[in-house]
Amino acid sequence: MYDFLTGPMLWVTFLVSFGGLLVRAVMYVRGLNWQLDRVAYRPNMSYGIRGAIRSILAFIIPFKAQAQRERPGFTIIFFAFHIGLLVTPIFLEAHNVMLEKAFGFSLPTLGTGFADTLAWMCLVGGLFMVLRRIAFPEVRIITTAYDYLLLVITLAPFVTGLIARYEMGDYNFWLMAHIITGEIWLLSLPFTKLSHAILFFMSRMQLGMDYGIKRGGMKGSDFAW
Amino acid sequence: MPEGKFCNKTPITTDEQLKATLNDKGGKQYYEEMNHLEVDSEKLWGTIQKTMKSRLKTWLEICAHCGLCAEPCFLYQVNGRVPEQVPSYKIQATLGQIVKKKGKVDNAFMQMCMETAWSKCTCCNRCGHYCPHGIDMGVMFSYLRGLLYGQGFVPWELKIGAGMHRVYRAQMDVTTEDWVETCEWMAEENEDEWPGLEIPVDKVGADIMYTCNAREPKHYPEDLAEAAILFHVAGENWTVPSEGWEQTSLSMFAGDWECCKDNVANVYAAIERLKPKRATGTECGHAHRATVIEGPYWMGREDGQPPVPFLHYVEWLAEALREGKIKIDPSKRIKEPVTLQDSCNYVRNQGLKDVTREIISYLVEPGYFVEMAPCKEHNYCCGGGGGFNGIGKYREQRNMALRKKMDQILDTGCKLVIAPCHNCWDAIRDLEEEYEIGIRWTFLKPLVIKMMEVPEHLLPKDE
Ligand code: SF4
Ligand code: SF4
Ligand code: SF4
Repeated sequence: MYDFLTGPMLWVTFLVSFGGLLVRAVMYVRGLNWQLDRVAYRPNMSYGIRGAIRSILAFIIPFKAQAQRERPGFTIIFFAFHIGLLVTPIFLEAHNVMLEKAFGFSLPTLGTGFADTLAWMCLVGGLFMVLRRIAFPEVRIITTAYDYLLLVITLAPFVTGLIARYEMGDYNFWLMAHIITGEIWLLSLPFTKLSHAILFFMSRMQLGMDYGIKRGGMKGSDFAW
Repeated sequence: MPEGKFCNKTPITTDEQLKATLNDKGGKQYYEEMNHLEVDSEKLWGTIQKTMKSRLKTWLEICAHCGLCAEPCFLYQVNGRVPEQVPSYKIQATLGQIVKKKGKVDNAFMQMCMETAWSKCTCCNRCGHYCPHGIDMGVMFSYLRGLLYGQGFVPWELKIGAGMHRVYRAQMDVTTEDWVETCEWMAEENEDEWPGLEIPVDKVGADIMYTCNAREPKHYPEDLAEAAILFHVAGENWTVPSEGWEQTSLSMFAGDWECCKDNVANVYAAIERLKPKRATGTECGHAHRATVIEGPYWMGREDGQPPVPFLHYVEWLAEALREGKIKIDPSKRIKEPVTLQDSCNYVRNQGLKDVTREIISYLVEPGYFVEMAPCKEHNYCCGGGGGFNGIGKYREQRNMALRKKMDQILDTGCKLVIAPCHNCWDAIRDLEEEYEIGIRWTFLKPLVIKMMEVPEHLLPKDE
């Protein structure tokens, strides 16, 4: 079982997950339509790219966008959650040992203490995400069961991983649970709203091009995101 | 009754239809008929499949339901922050549902969508730059309006508005003759005071072609005269076209895309005919957006640009002041606290924030200009955008919407507001009427005329 999940199944998961995300990115670009979107992408590409980069940077650098400055609490939770979510699995020592075994290479790894902190950051961040969905009427009204399901899918590998890591209960059981939930998360990426992992960049890029080309960029006026 | 006499899926294309619909005072029968209008689900879904691509589809799909778009929406703020005014909710509950149900929605649902699209969003695009995913509700609602218009679920005034554009190629019943006569009349009327003043119609090869908002020849002809005086003093070689002079687009508010294209085609045809070096329009935000920002795309122009460089009035004026074509008498500069209304349509949508402030620097004595908070691309809609000003059915909601601007103005402590956008100007006028906060408001043209130095040779000779 373990060998299957960390062998062929892992291959399939990676393939479907990353391949799927790539397909979504390609489909996104193909679905852009200068006339329907009313943005002359092609002839003004350099303005577009400039706008796209500005738009993406504004939202991935903490507190750069006005929106993030106005909501410091949310910004902190948001970045804690996402940094924990992305950095931990990639640079975790245990994962890289597997990587080495399976593919013959590994990435630099994090110290255990640091990795633990990141994992907790993600969990606590996720918890706050749930709490604000319940607490704020403006978030509650748009929250659906699907939103909670996605949070569960995303957080499950962290919960199981931490339980296994602290060796609470049956290590082997929690390790398996961790691998399975991790693979479910990866497999969900291209097929659910979690596709925002890639589509966030596409959407930001598109709106950035819109501003960079049509809505002021070509008038030499940078939009203050 | 699937389609009514007034309320139906067919645009108004004849004078008779137009007059008949206008005669249905307040749209009484129109809205009554709307209760029986059938939804053509197949067509609705067909249109969506054809026109909803990456951008809109992705926006609907990846909205994180984070609620960050709530506070940025002024309608959410002024309506007691009720969750029903959260932009994401407004769009998911309308467009989102139509898509989910593949167009199989009923009359009551469509009426709810109409109310949401025209009374809960002014397409000001503000929420779009606070959303982490870059989801621009202004764009989404404008798309929804197009779907609703195609099904006949559109406020009475906007059905008429689009019809006006279709029949008269102007948002009011101003014909070519009326227009040309107004030009002649305004030139004559002001000739004594401005010797040599002309409003040249259809002059080929002028440096600049001027277009305007049909409300000006119809109700404020002095605005046209003021434009002429400023061109005259600036020594511009200018002209107006006899056809294609109307630059506004109520059809854009209505979601009548076919008609939008026709409006713009008319203006661009004038440009091709008269071959001016450049063009400029009046102090109107949505007219500029329709003709210059969106128009090239409706016309299928691949570079996204109008046929010749087309300036908004504020750009022309800033240039004239910068180059000294118009000089301000320093003793006449404004010496009272004054604020500026940033029009979403050319500030948030075309970055003209600094140009307007450059104009202010010439007109206002240093220390007297007070910015609204927030301002520039972060400014709030005046409250009357997207057609809100003109829809009787939603007057109450519109008046509520004005409150944000009212608070913004009150906070500046200014009694004078410069509003270089027709629609904003109207909204601020209504705001004063409704709430009586004791403010004055002005376009740039009359202000500059009062303050400029007139070169000796342009003054009337004493007899
Ligand atoms: S801010 Fe954007 S992602 Fe968040 S709820 Fe609003 S539209 Fe959706
Ligand atoms: S476009 Fe403007 S009015 Fe419409 S939802 Fe967004 S902020 Fe509100
Ligand atoms: S009327 Fe003026 S402020 Fe209001 S939406 Fe239009 S441009 Fe913006």
